[in-house]
Amino acid sequence: MHPRRTRTALVALLAALSLVALTSGCGVTRGSDDPDNRRLRLFIPNSPGGGYDLTGRAAARVMEDDELTGRFEIRNVVGASGTVAMQRLLNEEGSDDLMMVMGLGVVGAVYTNHSDATPLKMTPIARLVEEQEGILVPADSPFRTVNDLVAAWKKDPGGITVGGGSGNGGPDHLFPMQLADTIGVAPTDVNYISYDGGGPLTTALLGEKIDVGMSGLGEFEAQIDEGKLRVLAVSGDERLEGIDAPTLTEAGVDLVFTNWRGVLAPPGISDEQRDYLTGILTEMHDTEEWREALATNGWSDNFATGKEFEDFLVEQDARVADTLKELGFA
Amino acid sequence: MDLLLDGFQTALTPENLLFALIGVLLGTAVGVLPGIGPAMALALLLPVTYSVGVDSAIIMFAGIYYGGMYGGSTTSILLNTPGESSSVITAIEGNKMAKSGRAAQALATAAIGSFVAGTIGTVLLWILVPRVADVVVTLGAPSYFAVMVLAFFAVTMVLGSSKLRGFISLFLGLAIALVGTSTGQARLTFGNAQLADGIDVVVVAVGIFAIGEALWVAAHLRRKPLEIIPVGQPWMSRADWKRSWKPWLRGTAFGFPFGALPAGGAEVPTFLSYATEQKLSKHPEEFGKGAIEGVAGPEAANNASAAGTLLPLLTLGLPTTATASIMLVAVQSYGIQPGPQLLDSEPKLVWGLLASLVIANALLLVINLPMAPLWARLLQIPRPQLYAGILFFATLGAYTANFAAFDLLLLVVLGLLGLAMRRFGLPVLPLIVGVILGPAMELQLTQALQISQGDVSTLWSEPVAVVVYAVMGLMLLAMAVGVVRGKKSPVPATTEDAEELVNR
Repeated sequence: MHPRRTRTALVALLAALSLVALTSGCGVTRGSDDPDNRRLRLFIPNSPGGGYDLTGRAAARVMEDDELTGRFEIRNVVGASGTVAMQRLLNEEGSDDLMMVMGLGVVGAVYTNHSDATPLKMTPIARLVEEQEGILVPADSPFRTVNDLVAAWKKDPGGITVGGGSGNGGPDHLFPMQLADTIGVAPTDVNYISYDGGGPLTTALLGEKIDVGMSGLGEFEAQIDEGKLRVLAVSGDERLEGIDAPTLTEAGVDLVFTNWRGVLAPPGISDEQRDYLTGILTEMHDTEEWREALATNGWSDNFATGKEFEDFLVEQDARVADTLKELGFA
Repeated sequence: MDLLLDGFQTALTPENLLFALIGVLLGTAVGVLPGIGPAMALALLLPVTYSVGVDSAIIMFAGIYYGGMYGGSTTSILLNTPGESSSVITAIEGNKMAKSGRAAQALATAAIGSFVAGTIGTVLLWILVPRVADVVVTLGAPSYFAVMVLAFFAVTMVLGSSKLRGFISLFLGLAIALVGTSTGQARLTFGNAQLADGIDVVVVAVGIFAIGEALWVAAHLRRKPLEIIPVGQPWMSRADWKRSWKPWLRGTAFGFPFGALPAGGAEVPTFLSYATEQKLSKHPEEFGKGAIEGVAGPEAANNASAAGTLLPLLTLGLPTTATASIMLVAVQSYGIQPGPQLLDSEPKLVWGLLASLVIANALLLVINLPMAPLWARLLQIPRPQLYAGILFFATLGAYTANFAAFDLLLLVVLGLLGLAMRRFGLPVLPLIVGVILGPAMELQLTQALQISQGDVSTLWSEPVAVVVYAVMGLMLLAMAVGVVRGKKSPVPATTEDAEELVNR
C-alpha cells in the first residue's frame, strides 16, 4: 500500500472534478442594497442548450456585460416542460431578486400537467423574442401550396400525418391544432406525431415518413437551402427574411401564430421592483449586443412590457387553454 | 488525401492541439462525474464559441465528446457508478474485475478498446463522409422497432441463472421506465410534476448499482471478514490481449452503424455487444464475475457510436444525440450550416475536425493508459472510506443530472430497491436494460402505428425490419435445433448475487 500516492491520486481527482463543478455554475450569496450591484437569480425552465436556455443566457450576458445590474445566478430548473420551474416561481412569492424565462411552451405545459402555477398568477415583466413556425414538406411532396394541403386535409383529416418537434402543449403541437381549427378540421382528428426536437423531425421529413412538418425553421436552414425541404407558409405577421414562402394570411388562411419567449417574476413583488426589472430589460433590449444576439440566433425581436405584455399573456393563456381543453389534454 | 493532410495541418497547430488537449481532459473529467454528461458540458461551454475560432471550438468540442465517452468507463469500473447510460454495461463486468484485483486490466482494455474503436470509427468517417448522403434517413420507426425487439431478444441471454429472477428484474425495469407523461398520458406519476419527465437513467443506474451496493456492503461489513482486494498485475497480460482484440472489433462493428443511424444511440450497441461476447466467449462462466470481454466489447461499441454520430451531423446537418445537437448549435453560431454542402463550402473545417478526432483519440490513450494502475490503487482505500466516497459521487451525480433535489429522494428509494434485489438474488442488469430499452421500443412502436393509422403490417414494411426479423427467426431456429439435439446450451453464468444468497 502507498497511502500517500493514493491520496495524491484522490486530490488530483477531486481537483479535476471541482473544475467541472465550477464550470457548471454554483450558487452564491445574494442581495445587496446597491441596485447596480445586486445579484439576481434567473430560472430557466429547460436544460442547457435549449431555446429558453439560449435566450435567458444571452439576455443575462448582455445585462452583465453592460453593467445594467450585478451578476446573474442562472439555474436550470428542469422538469415537465417548465411546470416544475413555474411551481418554484409561485412558491417564491414576494422574492425580489428572481426572474424566470418562459414562453408559449410553458403556458401549454402548465395545462397539460394540470398545474395551478399558471402564468397569470405571476408578475409579467417582458416579452423578448418570437419565432415563426413554418409548414414544411419534403421536396417531392404533392403539396405545392398551403391551399393544396388545406384541401387534402379537409378531405381526409386523419390521413395527413403531421409531425412536430414538441410534445403535447408545445408550440409545434399547438400550431397545427390551431391551424386545423381555423380551416375547419376538428383538432381531435389531427394525426399529430411528436418528435424529440428538430433533428428527428428532419429525418422523418427527409425520409418521407410523414406528410408535413411544423416547426420553427432555424434547424432546417440547410435542408431548405439545398431544396430537400420546401416551406409552404410561415405563421407570422410578416414574411420571414430569406425564406421564399407566403404568410398564412397572404395564402388566405386567417391565422397568425408565433412561438414567443419572455420573462416573468414571482407574484406579490412590489411595484418598484417590477419597474426595476422592466427597466433593466428595456435597457438590455436597446443595446447593440442584444441586436447581435438576435441576429446570431435567428430570433425576431418582439419586445413588449407592462400592459401590452400583460394583455398578450391573458390572450395567449385563453387561446392555449381552449385548444388543449378541446383536445382533452387540460 | 491532400485534403486530409491539410486537415492534419489545421489540427496540428499548437493552438488547436492545446484546444484538443483541453477538450479531452475536460471531457474525461465530465465523463468521470456521473450526471454531468458531455451534452451539458458542451452547453455550458457554448459561450466559449464567442471568443475562439470555429476550428478551435469544434476541435475542443469533439475532444470533450470522445473524452466523455471514455471517462464514463473509469467510475463504472472502479466505483460501480456509471457516469453515462452508455457505460452502464461496462460497470457489470468492469466492477467485478476491479473487485478481483484486475482493475488495471479493465481500465486498460477500456482505454485501448476505445482508442481502437474511435480510430476505426474516424477512418470510416473519412471514407463515408464524402459518399453517404441520404441512405440513413430511409430507415423509419418500423426498422428501429425491429432493432429494439432484437436487442430485447439478445438480452434475455443475460437474464442470469434463474430465468424467473431475471424476468422479475426486467419487469421492474420496465415499470420504472413507464413513469412519465411521454405518451401524453400520465403514468405512475402520482400527480407529481417532478415525475412527469420520467426517471433519469443515470439516477436509476447510480441508485441500483452504487447506492444499493454501498448499503449491501454496509449491512455485511461487520459479519464478513474484510476482503483484501489483491493488487494484481499492473498491465494486460498476453491472455488479456488475446481475449480483448476480437471484442474490440466486434464492438466497433456494432457501435458505428448505431451511432450513424438517426435513432440508434449508444446504449443498444453496448447491450448487443455484451450479449454477443457472452455467447461467443470461451469463458462464458466468467460472465457476471468479471470477464474482460464484457468490458472490451461494450466500451469499443460506445466509442464507435460516438464517431458514427458525426456522420449524419456532417453530411446531413442532422444531430442524432443531445451532444451532437449542441455541437450543431455551436457551428451555427458561426453562421456555418452543416449539411450536404458543408464539405464543399468548409473543407478546412471538416477535415480539420476529422484529423483532430484521431489526435484526440491518441491523446486519450496517452493520458489514460499510464493512469490505469494509479486509478486502480483507489480501491486500496479502506472500505468505509471508499464507500463513503462512492456515496458522495453517486449523490453528486444524481443531483447534477437535473439539478433537482427530488432526484436525491428517488436515489434513496432506488438504492433501497437495489439492496432488496441483492438480498433476494435478483440480477440488476435486466432492470437497467428494461429502463433503457422499454421507452425506446415503445416510442418507435407508437410512432410506426400512428403514422400507419393503426395498420400493423407497417411493422414489416421496411427491408431492414424484414432482415432483422429473419435474423431473429434463424437464431430461434438454431436454438430450437440445439434443444432437440439435446446439446446442452452453454449455461449462462451464475450471478454473484445468486451465489451470495447461497453462501449466506
